[in-house]
Amino acid sequence: MSRCSPSQTVGPFFHLSLTLNPALGCMTRPGARGEHIRVRFRLLDGDGAPVPDGMLEIWQADASGKYDHPEDLRELAPDPAFCGFGRQATDEDGFCIFETVYPGRADGQASHLNVSVFARGLLRRLSTRVYFEGDSAIAEDPVLALVPEDRRHTLTASRDAGDPAQWNFEIRLQGGEETVFFDI
Amino acid sequence: MKHYPRPEPCEQPPLFHPPYCASLRRAPRKPLIRLPHTLSELTGPLYGHNPIGETDNDLTRQHPGEPLGERIIVAGRVVDEDGRAIPNTLVELWQSNAAGRYRHHADDHRAPLDPNFTGAGRTITDDNGNYRFLTIKPGPYPWRNHSNAWRPAHIHFSLFGPCFITRLITQMYFPDDPLMPFDPISQSIPDEGARRRLVSRLDLNLTEPEWAIGYRFDLVLRGRDATPFEGQS
Repeated sequence: MSRCSPSQTVGPFFHLSLTLNPALGCMTRPGARGEHIRVRFRLLDGDGAPVPDGMLEIWQADASGKYDHPEDLRELAPDPAFCGFGRQATDEDGFCIFETVYPGRADGQASHLNVSVFARGLLRRLSTRVYFEGDSAIAEDPVLALVPEDRRHTLTASRDAGDPAQWNFEIRLQGGEETVFFDI
Repeated sequence: MKHYPRPEPCEQPPLFHPPYCASLRRAPRKPLIRLPHTLSELTGPLYGHNPIGETDNDLTRQHPGEPLGERIIVAGRVVDEDGRAIPNTLVELWQSNAAGRYRHHADDHRAPLDPNFTGAGRTITDDNGNYRFLTIKPGPYPWRNHSNAWRPAHIHFSLFGPCFITRLITQMYFPDDPLMPFDPISQSIPDEGARRRLVSRLDLNLTEPEWAIGYRFDLVLRGRDATPFEGQS
């Protein structure tokens, strides 16, 4: 057998290839099923300073909980007007926004987004999840159950006070309120 | 459910690596939480959204004129840890020009831009997992990590593979680069054998006579049921 190729940092210049297509921030086309939402991320370093040269990728199920992938064997047709993948660079204030739909439940888990974090300074991709505040299924989510209770809130997006279609989520790379990252 | 074994820690860089200064305030310090693989990790984005353009894998033909520098072929095979080809997966790359300058607003290295070179490419692996690019050999360049710090020449690679777990972003280096032992990014990989996997090799079979030298760079993504201990039954 061969061994896995080691990871290296994405560095500061990935924009020149990876984030040329701004459409990767919009995962819906007209007619996409479900509740259309916006998820606004903010990426912060250990000093609480914005990370202006990061990149986030999302992978999620559609509104009915179906992943558009052959490993999802359930008899559900994926929504043809939805793309479960999104990618955005953070802006100078560490923000990036994805237009998507509220994901359905899959595999006995609460609704969530799977997120990859890349940045200069990160020698490997980080993996985290976004759950949604107020979702009653959170209490029975098997992945959250593995997270110490006092850190679970770092995985929960909150609804924007001024815009009910927007959810806000901070990714803190380091520090007391460090976001939970997973070893996958 | 398929099972993806985890890589050995010595074969991947640590997150917190003080010689690489940017990791000091960006690397998480709390332990990662080990996730059993669920449907969310065993699925992932498959290529199919954007068509690949005719010159996307030929970085020497993306402008009216020819870029300056040493024309090279970079090609290889993408496989999983069991040696199975990974077909139809997106390979994206980016790099500096021959003078060590990126076409990027944040690069202020005092080296010339090349109007005929962007330094970005993409392609899809074929049925046998093979990919191929024609490009210009990138130059080394200084960075401000420490005094007199220079990155060895490298090309950034981004790959997806069949699911969320297999996602990989890495860098390809060139054989016998004297800067590599001083480079905290490549040297962050603890195991020397693992580090060597990121070094391409000169391949005369890939080389096109009178035209371009070929470097072979094979990539291995995480595998489904890879046997962790070779030779053990």
